Amino acid sequence: MKVNLEQITAELQTNMGDRLEVYPDAYFTVLKVMPADLLTLMVYLRGQAGLNYLANLTATDLKEEFEISYHLYAIPDNGLKIEIKTRCPRDRAEIPSVFSVYPTADWQEREVFDLMGISFQDHPNLVRVLLPDDFAGHPLRKDYRKEA
Amino acid sequence: MFETDQYTINIGPQHPSTHGGMHVEAVMDGEDIIDVIVHLGYVHRSVEKIAESRTYSQFIPYAARLDYMATHLPVLGYVQAAEKLLGVSVPERAEYIRVIMAELSRIASHMMFVGSLAIDLAATTGLLYCLRDRERIMDMFEMTSGQRLLAAYMRIGGVSHDLPDEFFPAVNSFIDDVPAMIAEYNGLITGNEILQARCNGIGILPADTAIAYGVTGPNLRASGIDYDLRKADPSGIYDRFDFRVPVQEKGDCMARLLVRLEEIETSASIIRQALQQIPEGEILGKVPKVLKPEKGKEVYHRIESAKGELGFYLLSDGSEKPARLHVRAPSFVNLMVLPIISRGGKLQDIIANIATLDPVLGESDR
Amino acid sequence: MESMIINIAQTLSSWLISLGLTPWWADLILLVLQWTCIVAIITLNVIILIWLERKISGFMQERLGPNRLGPFGCFQTIADTLKLLTKEDIVPSKADKWIFKTAPMFFIIVSVMLYAVIPMGKNMAVVDLNIGLFYFISVGSLTTIAILMAGWSSNNKWSLLGAMRSVAQMISYEIPLAFSLLGVVMIAGSLNLSDIVAAQDKFWFILLQPIAFVTYFIAATAELNRGPFDMPEAEQELTAGAYTEYTGMRWALFFLAEYTNLVAVSALAATLFFGGWQGPWLPSWIWIIIKTYLIMLVFMWLKWTFPRIRLDHLMALSWKVLIPVSLINILITGIGIELIKGMRW
Repeated sequence: MKVNLEQITAELQTNMGDRLEVYPDAYFTVLKVMPADLLTLMVYLRGQAGLNYLANLTATDLKEEFEISYHLYAIPDNGLKIEIKTRCPRDRAEIPSVFSVYPTADWQEREVFDLMGISFQDHPNLVRVLLPDDFAGHPLRKDYRKEA
Repeated sequence: MFETDQYTINIGPQHPSTHGGMHVEAVMDGEDIIDVIVHLGYVHRSVEKIAESRTYSQFIPYAARLDYMATHLPVLGYVQAAEKLLGVSVPERAEYIRVIMAELSRIASHMMFVGSLAIDLAATTGLLYCLRDRERIMDMFEMTSGQRLLAAYMRIGGVSHDLPDEFFPAVNSFIDDVPAMIAEYNGLITGNEILQARCNGIGILPADTAIAYGVTGPNLRASGIDYDLRKADPSGIYDRFDFRVPVQEKGDCMARLLVRLEEIETSASIIRQALQQIPEGEILGKVPKVLKPEKGKEVYHRIESAKGELGFYLLSDGSEKPARLHVRAPSFVNLMVLPIISRGGKLQDIIANIATLDPVLGESDR
Repeated sequence: MESMIINIAQTLSSWLISLGLTPWWADLILLVLQWTCIVAIITLNVIILIWLERKISGFMQERLGPNRLGPFGCFQTIADTLKLLTKEDIVPSKADKWIFKTAPMFFIIVSVMLYAVIPMGKNMAVVDLNIGLFYFISVGSLTTIAILMAGWSSNNKWSLLGAMRSVAQMISYEIPLAFSLLGVVMIAGSLNLSDIVAAQDKFWFILLQPIAFVTYFIAATAELNRGPFDMPEAEQELTAGAYTEYTGMRWALFFLAEYTNLVAVSALAATLFFGGWQGPWLPSWIWIIIKTYLIMLVFMWLKWTFPRIRLDHLMALSWKVLIPVSLINILITGIGIELIKGMRW
């Protein structure tokens, strides 16, 4: 399935208007959305753009807020490389889970929850995956200080 | 008076066949598996946090310790990601050396896979034959980098040492012997009736489930999807080689074994081509002493490692240390389907399923 | 040479009678001596066997095997035994202590009892029982009780799984094992092992009963819990199965018993299918040792080559293949015997 990138971004922008920010970086086409629109966007990209493969899901601590990035590809490859970025404030670190669209988000979201402390709404089993269950804190946050 | 009941058994974290510290909690009814819950983190070394306090070059040895069964592949992924971030170019000869090393690592990892599958199914001798052949690769790593298992050999901008003279006869004779080795594994391991009975139709991973759960690498190709990043999204100079991506249709343990056996041959043919094409010249490009990418620049770089898509996400804050490094570990993501493919099987199938998903806990736990 | 051991026994016996004992007492003392000898030989033999198995597996895997202690590492097993003897003896606090402690002893006693009926040479069976084969099979199947005791009393899920597997396996494989021997019994017309050996003076029964031998061999491997049928132990799945909680000498006793069983089953195979102690030139007791060891080498070869079979395949193999095959073998043997009888008339 050959998909035209311009067509998709144009369609997305007519649908979502200024809630969507599109810009290319050196390797990806970056789509910036608000957490509220994340699931709609994901459903659209998976269905219309054939991006059936969520390669990577990670989060970065930008001091005031967290940035969550999703790297999407298609299997078999259709030439699209899309990165979705969304942000959530530090004091209310909550974004919707994309597990219902991409099951592979299951453990990757758990990992982000574990290490960065972002909770994913409607995740089926949001518990720590790498650290022990009784661990206090989220080590990848910039303000995390290890004791001793 | 008598009633049957479900019970849980804990396979691991100290168990002979979990390939490291992994804890698999199996809910059982007799010998039948009702559910499987995977607990990870026993080998968690906070690599991503450590990266934030190391410079870009200092992280290389940590990358080598991710997938310690194929040490050059995670290093290759990391240095290529860092090169993308820093805009460093790599000399031709170094690119070829990297390909040779990466493919040797892939062969080593797949040999370990075949051997560990054999010993997990109690065919001890199979493991020893694979280790014997892998030993020759380890010797070659020692010749080039001085290290056998955890060779931090690649540098940002090239490799640390040129190939020594004794390397070429060793690698040539190794590649020539690969078909004989495969024939031996086929006779001892793949051809064994009991092993076939334990692998055929066991742990079937349908293609759509595999894609939905982000399974990549040989495990995905065993489910009939022709998706190899060396072809689909080639990094470095992989587009210069002519090779065939092995694909199996069934998606069971046997398919995962056969795909890897064929990949050993594919990798050998890539090495052969690289050895024919390798030019003379520099092995380390012009790289500044202090590496400072521009602020806010980010990169997600992925390579086809022995386990699947190994991705490195790097974000720079303008200093000489990354603001964020994330490893997209194929072992971690692939393990997600272990419960799915194990449900409804027998206790002994879990062992075969773990072995054929081929997780490396150093990578999955990071 | 041939009757050296019998001569020793007779000299001893007459010496005891000359001391003023009645023949009944002399026989009893002799029996005790014979048992002591057997236990000593078994223990020594196991030490050799473990060394041999490690050397052979080393050879098959292109390793050296033990090579540090003594010439070719032959004292390695002795050192290991000493180590095991000095290890801490751990009994889990939740274990059923009496059963836990008696299980290894029960196992070894049962294994040693098997030797009572095997003719170790001409006129050299300890007890020349007229239902020797029947005795061997019945006593041999008791070993599963020892494994069940060990697995049950350990109060550990792995142990229990191992024990349950062992019971399932033994029940399935006892039947083809017994059936496969019936053909031999039908031809020899006796359950006495000495008679069966005597019936093979012209040709070995493996020529008449090749199917029975193969069935016996497979079923015996399962009975011995050796690879590829080492279900109760299954270290890759069940850590150590029924033996998980055992340490030190108790653990070693299980291995002693398993190797003892291995020798007994191999000796029985040699007796039933390879003419027992019969053979030219050499003394009879050397012949049976040679034959037993050769059969044991095949057992070792199998163990170090094959992966472990899956439990349900194991059951299917027994019920769907081995039992029908051995039944057909009995039928064919019966028809054959009748035909030969008919031709003689």
